[in-house]
Amino acid sequence: MRPGKLLLIGAHRGAILVYVVFALFPLFWLLKVSVTPNDLLYSEGVRMWPSRTTFEHFNFVIAHSAFPTFFKNSLIVSGATAVVVTILASLSGYALSRFSFRAKYWIVALMLITQMFPLVMLVAPIFKMLSPLGLTNSLTGLVIVYSAFNVPFATFLMQSFFDGIPKDLEEAAMIDGATQFVAFRQIILPLTLPGIAATLGFVFTAAWSELLFALMLISGNDAATFPVGLLTFVSKFSVDFGQMMAAGVLALIPACLFFLLIQRYLVQGLTAGAVKG
Amino acid sequence: MASIDIESVRKSYGPFPVLHGVDLTIRDGEFIVLVGPSGCGKSTLLRMIAGLEEVTSGDIRISGNRVNDLAPKDRDIAMVFQSYALYPHMSVADNMSYSLRLRKTAKEKIASAVGGAAAKLGLEPLLERRPKALSGGQRQRVAMGRAIVRKPKAFLFDEPLSNLDARLREQMRAEIKKLHADLKATSIYVTHDQIEAMTLADRIVAMHGGVVQQVGSPLELYDTPANLFVAGFIGSPGMNFLEGRYVVPGEGKGAGIRLSDGTVVPVASRTGIGPDATVTLGIRPEHVVISDTGMLEASVDLVEPTGFGIILHLSLHGLPFKIFTLDREALSAGPTVRVDFPQKYLHVFDDKGDRVG
Repeated sequence: MRPGKLLLIGAHRGAILVYVVFALFPLFWLLKVSVTPNDLLYSEGVRMWPSRTTFEHFNFVIAHSAFPTFFKNSLIVSGATAVVVTILASLSGYALSRFSFRAKYWIVALMLITQMFPLVMLVAPIFKMLSPLGLTNSLTGLVIVYSAFNVPFATFLMQSFFDGIPKDLEEAAMIDGATQFVAFRQIILPLTLPGIAATLGFVFTAAWSELLFALMLISGNDAATFPVGLLTFVSKFSVDFGQMMAAGVLALIPACLFFLLIQRYLVQGLTAGAVKG
Repeated sequence: MASIDIESVRKSYGPFPVLHGVDLTIRDGEFIVLVGPSGCGKSTLLRMIAGLEEVTSGDIRISGNRVNDLAPKDRDIAMVFQSYALYPHMSVADNMSYSLRLRKTAKEKIASAVGGAAAKLGLEPLLERRPKALSGGQRQRVAMGRAIVRKPKAFLFDEPLSNLDARLREQMRAEIKKLHADLKATSIYVTHDQIEAMTLADRIVAMHGGVVQQVGSPLELYDTPANLFVAGFIGSPGMNFLEGRYVVPGEGKGAGIRLSDGTVVPVASRTGIGPDATVTLGIRPEHVVISDTGMLEASVDLVEPTGFGIILHLSLHGLPFKIFTLDREALSAGPTVRVDFPQKYLHVFDDKGDRVG
């Protein structure tokens, strides 16, 4: 191999390495702090790994804090949002991809506009709307709000997957004796699994890490999701970094598991959607 | 099996008309080929029969029943798509049995129907495979199998062979013809390939610009094309056209066409056409005779040996002109040749392009 080419490959790999280190360093720091005993946290200076490690923070977080409740709430909210949004986005994405109807242009424009608002602007009006309905301080309220915010983008994502599936397939199914809905369910949906996985993953993580609305709409510990719960480790006089980071590490687990499960579809899905959409 | 009647069928997309009133009766068991260039409306007509496009006005009847408002699934027709449209997540057997499963047919019946169709098409060893593990020709067969597995009232084919290579296309063409002879099913076949049209059809429907130009047996269209479009579209290499003026018979001379250089090409006398009327003379490349005493001289631009015969590309009065001959001597044609037009092979079209006489 010529030295020039070797150098190029080296630079390429080097750049990737730098990027990966840069992206993963905060996660590493999270892990490092979570296993550092409290007494070493400030006394050892900046070290890449503490001289002694401990699991006491994890123990505390699991056994003595409200973290399990936060975790359960987050799981319910994110899971429900992901399922609700994916179902709605599949149906609306299919409609946008396959049907031509009068208000189509305006509906698409409207959905795009909803994506342009800074969410902060909407906190007060949404609180005002949810409050009389008894939906503040409730997981249902959060699911509704998250679903509303995620449906437009998820719809466009699903639409690009449906666009990539030839129309001939449904037409063949309809001639074979299926109604349009049966053709959608039996022929098109199975072929859109990568897209569904991508949408589920996207919405799940978006809801899992959402802080602003969770903070504004939820006041007690009972309905708090984990990003809100993390703030309970910050008290007036101190921050329990060890426990906070331990909770953070635990909170990463479901998201990681989820992506591990769907990554096969996701890679296929994101590229397929990108090229064909 | 069924007859299909198409009565004054029109189709517009918004303000744009694509079919301008088509009338056609397809008899029970007939093999009809819709042929024409891209955009002539042939696929649209097929899709309207299938129920995949709405009918703007007019009626479509299958076995006498108006089907305009019936969903595709209720029309009991089968269709083979250009893209094959096989379900990628199903095995060949599942692809073929899908329509029967939707109809809740008994398992044993499905197995025997799929087995029968697979045997007919030589698909037995492939039944468990997914479509992506098949070659183009095999996919085509599966698409055919999916159509014949339930016995529909009619088969619709939308350019089913255009994704295959030449050899495979020829083979599948013969198989489709055999299959039709075997099943005797009413079939409508859309293609832009006139060889497919000529070889498969009981009757050809030539379409252009959303209008049916001529309906007839392949040889009728070949021998007596109704207008310039059909004359030029059917046949390969295509018919030669020369502009001229009609000379009425008289003073001991027969009728003729006077070409731009003054040469009068004798033609049989025609009625319904006035003296000196502008006409187009047509002659097929294989009917032109090369002869030392020929009345017209043409310069040779190009000699194309096809193996089977030879195509001579000529310039006649500055216009392109082709000759097809089996005579190998044509390979050594000089810079010019003299040609004759036998009267019985001449076609005359009036200034509107319609056949005269």
